[in-house]
Amino acid sequence: MTVVAAGATATGTDRRAIRTGVRTLRTAGVYILSVLAGVGIWQLLAMKYGPSLVASPSQTLSAARELASDGTLTNSIIASSRRILIGWGLGVLVGVPVGLLVGQIKVVRQLLDPYIEFFRFIPPIAFVTLAVVWLGIGESSKVVLIFYTAVFIVTLNTSAGVMSVNESKLRAAASLGASRRQILLGIVLPSTVPHIVTGARLAMGNSFLTIVSAEIVAAQVGLGSLIWTSRNYGRIDWVFVGIITLGILGFVFDRVLRIVASRVLLRYGVKL
Amino acid sequence: MTKAIETDRPEAGLGDGRGAALCVDGVGIRFGSFEAVRDISLDIDAGEFLCLLGPSGCGKSTLLSAMAGFTTVDSGSLTVGGAPVSGPDPDLGMVFQSSEALFDWMTVRQNVLFGPRMRGRSRAMQARLADEYLGLVGLRHCADRFPGQLSGGMRQRVQIARVLANEPNVVLMDEPFGALDAQTRQVMQEETDRIWRASGCTVVFVTHDIDEAILLADRIAVMTAGPAASIKSVYPVDLPRPREESDPAALELRRALRQDIGEEVRKALRDQGLDPEGDAR
Repeated sequence: MTVVAAGATATGTDRRAIRTGVRTLRTAGVYILSVLAGVGIWQLLAMKYGPSLVASPSQTLSAARELASDGTLTNSIIASSRRILIGWGLGVLVGVPVGLLVGQIKVVRQLLDPYIEFFRFIPPIAFVTLAVVWLGIGESSKVVLIFYTAVFIVTLNTSAGVMSVNESKLRAAASLGASRRQILLGIVLPSTVPHIVTGARLAMGNSFLTIVSAEIVAAQVGLGSLIWTSRNYGRIDWVFVGIITLGILGFVFDRVLRIVASRVLLRYGVKL
Repeated sequence: MTKAIETDRPEAGLGDGRGAALCVDGVGIRFGSFEAVRDISLDIDAGEFLCLLGPSGCGKSTLLSAMAGFTTVDSGSLTVGGAPVSGPDPDLGMVFQSSEALFDWMTVRQNVLFGPRMRGRSRAMQARLADEYLGLVGLRHCADRFPGQLSGGMRQRVQIARVLANEPNVVLMDEPFGALDAQTRQVMQEETDRIWRASGCTVVFVTHDIDEAILLADRIAVMTAGPAASIKSVYPVDLPRPREESDPAALELRRALRQDIGEEVRKALRDQGLDPEGDAR
């Protein structure tokens, strides 16, 4: 009786494992199909419009090899990644505490609100000239532009998170004897972590959108700079390489961020 | 299996045994133009278990929230052990209806020792308190789990342990079992009776469940329907504990409470433009 039951359970588990495997395979299959279809359409467009307008997949691939062989591509990826990571990192480091204070303290909110609401509508590209004039053509002007694009969204998300912390948690902490500071750091901050992570992801997206404009002027290397200078050489295929690399890089960064955040911050309710 | 709980408290440990008297004197609370409660006076003895019973939305929770120091009163006064309530106070513990009040990112043990930690108790003392109160609510085996991994009834036990570990004089409970299923609620009610006797705290327990009030309370204060709710009547419950629902005296009391509350509910419905008698037809 028991043996039969155990056997039945085992086959049940096996069947479930098989079903999960099939589902994973199907998901992967759909992904691959989608990419193949995209490449197919790209190929058709390239055939229709010719290499002066659309570089075909194979032309793009050989252009990528060409750019990789002299190190241009790798250097561009490293340079752009560095700018994005530094600017975005600073944006998160500043945006989180500012967001906490904005969300928690009314006076701070009232003081900063006009500026946040003003600057978040001005795209970073509007500041490119000023950044170069003020900070020179070195790294700092690019990093500051990335920081600018990251910091507001992190601040806004963090303060929204602070304001949505469950009232009974705050009351419970207060009635258990926590001070205002202990409540801010011990209750509000941990409760806000999922909002902060969302803010950081959006800021990462913004950073990628901004890197191309940040590298418009006087950048020697970088994916944005690659895209801009290719125009001067009339190399549409290099432009394609830059764009596709940027997209893949963004995808990888977001994936890494999601995996790390959901591993490290699982107990704070981060589900991605 | 269950550790025997000494009701005569031979050794310090479970609370400090000094439930404080709570004095509500002519309290009124408004929110803007809305008058939630009006002129409520109630003397709650040290160590007493008082149930605030009333129809939904009658302002019971508002009154409780004022007792906890979360809401300021607009008139009258609230004192605990002779001192006025001026804000949230570790001596006034609160068990919330929703287990959202638990800190989800902390383990059960960390939740329970939060109060002692905030009050600067030594590590050894924190550990002892957490162990003791987790034992009292029967959750020692779950100490390292997270609240999200527990059932609703277990989460409310964690809330109770967390409040008691802070050794308050008064425990305020806001419909703590309202969201539980009937079977779990019954177990929790029996446990509450036991835990209250072990802790010696003064308890103010808000509920709209008549049977729950009869099972637990030394006295039951019935509130009128809001707005501008007040105390309609106060019933002493002189029944031996642990209580049986089938006790004839309990049945008698139940009938009286039912009638009292029924009047208030009908009044509330009429105020909302509904005709309860018309609907019954």
